[in-house]
Amino acid sequence: MSEPYRGIDHGIVQGIDPRGPQFTASLTAIVLLAVLVLPSPIAPVLLGVQTVLFVWGALAGVQHTPIAWVFRTVVRPRLGAPDHLEDPAPPRFAQTVGLGFAVVGLIGFITGLDALAYVAVGAALVAALLNAVFGFCLGCEVYLLFRRFTAVPATN
Amino acid sequence: MSTGAYVAIVAVVIALAFGLWRGRVDGSFRAAQDESTETAVSVLAGTPWQADLGERATLLQFSSAFCAPCRTTRVVLADVASVRDGVVHVEVDAEKHLELVRRLNIMRTPTTIVLDPHGRELGRAAGAPTRQQVLDSLPS
Repeated sequence: MSEPYRGIDHGIVQGIDPRGPQFTASLTAIVLLAVLVLPSPIAPVLLGVQTVLFVWGALAGVQHTPIAWVFRTVVRPRLGAPDHLEDPAPPRFAQTVGLGFAVVGLIGFITGLDALAYVAVGAALVAALLNAVFGFCLGCEVYLLFRRFTAVPATN
Repeated sequence: MSTGAYVAIVAVVIALAFGLWRGRVDGSFRAAQDESTETAVSVLAGTPWQADLGERATLLQFSSAFCAPCRTTRVVLADVASVRDGVVHVEVDAEKHLELVRRLNIMRTPTTIVLDPHGRELGRAAGAPTRQQVLDSLPS
């Protein structure tokens, strides 16, 4: 009789509390909302701050950002232990996607193409809200489609 | 109201609507369309797993990187495979098998396809299914 499992070899991953990235996404959503509704000198500056946070999260991982520090020192002690830990790679990927939108948004503000800025920031806001409210996994949706379009067809 | 405020409202509505819709659709198995074909071609024919079919069913899971629910799905499917005779769990790294991904129209991960003993698709679910959803999807 065949073994019950055939598949991928999984390395050991140091898990993080999944509520940390969700807390970060909540704050991100608030910042992006502010960018959309506040007037012009403040909005691009705020977006610039959020962009820096995205860069930090994309390079170091979302658990090593200042927001994550706030989560660990202020929020986490008031919560019970997490019922499971998660791989930090998917939230980090989401930070990278957010960074892409934020950069497009900044380009829109700087070049005076406000419509471009609003659409880009709006898209980032949708992603942040899906993450914060529903724990939605952006990497699960986007990464495979991205690979389908960019991978060179092999002769297998 | 400013343009930005309109965009914000639209964004919130889109996020809530999409999130709620996905909450309902995720993990539920959709039966394969009944094609009136006599040929029993296995979904896994020509793949490295073509000989790994379970005697009762095969739970074929597509996973990718950056996918936390894939891990949850793996645990659920492995559990069902271990407690039901003749059920095998096969996990495929979607990124490494794009031809199969395209052939089967896999759009997101995790996607779980239930195969009959001949490797034909009975149904599939996108998003992480619950243990009960998987058990209910198995052929008798």
